[in-house]
Amino acid sequence: MQKRLIVSNQLLEIMLERLAQQLIENHHDFSNSVILGLQPRGVFVAERLQQTLQRIIGKPVRTGRLDITFHRDDFRRRESPLTANATQIDFIIENQQVILVDDVLYTGRSVRAALDAMIAYGRPQKVELLVLIDRRYSRDLPIEATYVGQSVNSLSSQRVLVEWRSAETTEDNIWLITKTEEK
Amino acid sequence: MQALSVRHLLGIKNITPADIQLIFETADNFKEVLNRPIKKVPSLRDITIANVFFENSTRTRLSFELAQKRLSADIVNFSASGSSVKKGETLLDTVNNILAMKVDMIVMRHASAGAPHFLSKHIKANIVNAGDGTHEHPTQALLDAFSIRERLGDVAGKKVAIIGDILHSRVALSNIFALQKLGAEVMVCGPVTLLPRYISALGVKVELNVRKALEWCDVANVLRIQLERQQMKYFPSLREYTLYYGINKKLLDSLDKEIVIMHPGPINRGVELSSDAADSKQAIILNQVENGVAIRMAVLYLLASQV
Repeated sequence: MQKRLIVSNQLLEIMLERLAQQLIENHHDFSNSVILGLQPRGVFVAERLQQTLQRIIGKPVRTGRLDITFHRDDFRRRESPLTANATQIDFIIENQQVILVDDVLYTGRSVRAALDAMIAYGRPQKVELLVLIDRRYSRDLPIEATYVGQSVNSLSSQRVLVEWRSAETTEDNIWLITKTEEK
Repeated sequence: MQALSVRHLLGIKNITPADIQLIFETADNFKEVLNRPIKKVPSLRDITIANVFFENSTRTRLSFELAQKRLSADIVNFSASGSSVKKGETLLDTVNNILAMKVDMIVMRHASAGAPHFLSKHIKANIVNAGDGTHEHPTQALLDAFSIRERLGDVAGKKVAIIGDILHSRVALSNIFALQKLGAEVMVCGPVTLLPRYISALGVKVELNVRKALEWCDVANVLRIQLERQQMKYFPSLREYTLYYGINKKLLDSLDKEIVIMHPGPINRGVELSSDAADSKQAIILNQVENGVAIRMAVLYLLASQV
């Protein structure tokens, strides 16, 4: 497995700060805006953004978790069924400005499923998409992000891994992994 | 990513504790779906399911149908009354004719024990047993155990008494298998005429006195007296059955603890369960019905991945 660091811990901090500022520019105090992190990995980005935003604006930012499992288009095209995660939306999204948050935008299929899943909770006034990494020229659907941390050129044989600080790692890093050499 | 270890849900006996846990975890997510403003997901939109009921059913059929609709499946309903079965067509021919119409899954209820097992050996479609005679009713047992888990936090270590007509009950057998696989202790209680002779061979306690059973258990699953299955008199009268085995609020209040009351439905009010007990806070009968849809959605979803 070949791992190449594309966003370091320090750069990721700067990136989240910039994305938060861009969001504030458009959503001000978030009184009419909510954040939905896509399960499973978009939730970590959403939580970090929420912390950053709340620190800057000094007000609570409504943040939820949206599971897209039952809305995916690759069910029965996999070896085993997809395991769902919890959806947790403790607020009304009707007429709200929704910011969907994910770690990586690749084919756009997850975002399509997320739009489908989100509609079950109401009709938002507007929907935007924020991603940490945009894998350019890889889209299967006409979907683009409103806010991008960093765009990368990658091959289909590669994958992007967003690694958050945990018991195993002391830093937040984003790696580009060449899968051909994975065992 | 997990998958069920089986292609069909024929009975609880055929599945593993890991399968049951997977069904429960999936059902947890479907319960959330059922509480959304729009209670529908597109997961099974390219699947056609036939509900083949050779026996009367209200809640099981309704619950399966609702689960299928919530998953966006196409549904074909078939009931034996007024069908070609009445003209002498065999079970296999009937089902093969339905399958020729490009049906992917079969939900089947039949009066004969083992009918879905027989079918599973002859057809390619995935089969869900919705009750076969007095043998098994797996989704009922799953929703019962799921409801216990929801109310008490876990099934393991709990004492569950199944009270009433054990002899004619497919719910009882599936419940015994499910609860034991999840680590619960099981007792059966009823008149000796309504207890299968070798029931203790399944590793369950046997009790003839309903008060003793209630004093022992954390959960009482009260079964319906199935008058339609009884070919002979198993007890002198319904009144006498109620006197000795009927559960009412007075009896529950006389216990030194608060137990959970369950019933698979439909209730013979005033026979095995009085109205004040069935409608009390201790009863989770309507929770069982709600959980039935989530459990059946989970079963169909997990089996459909193998279609």
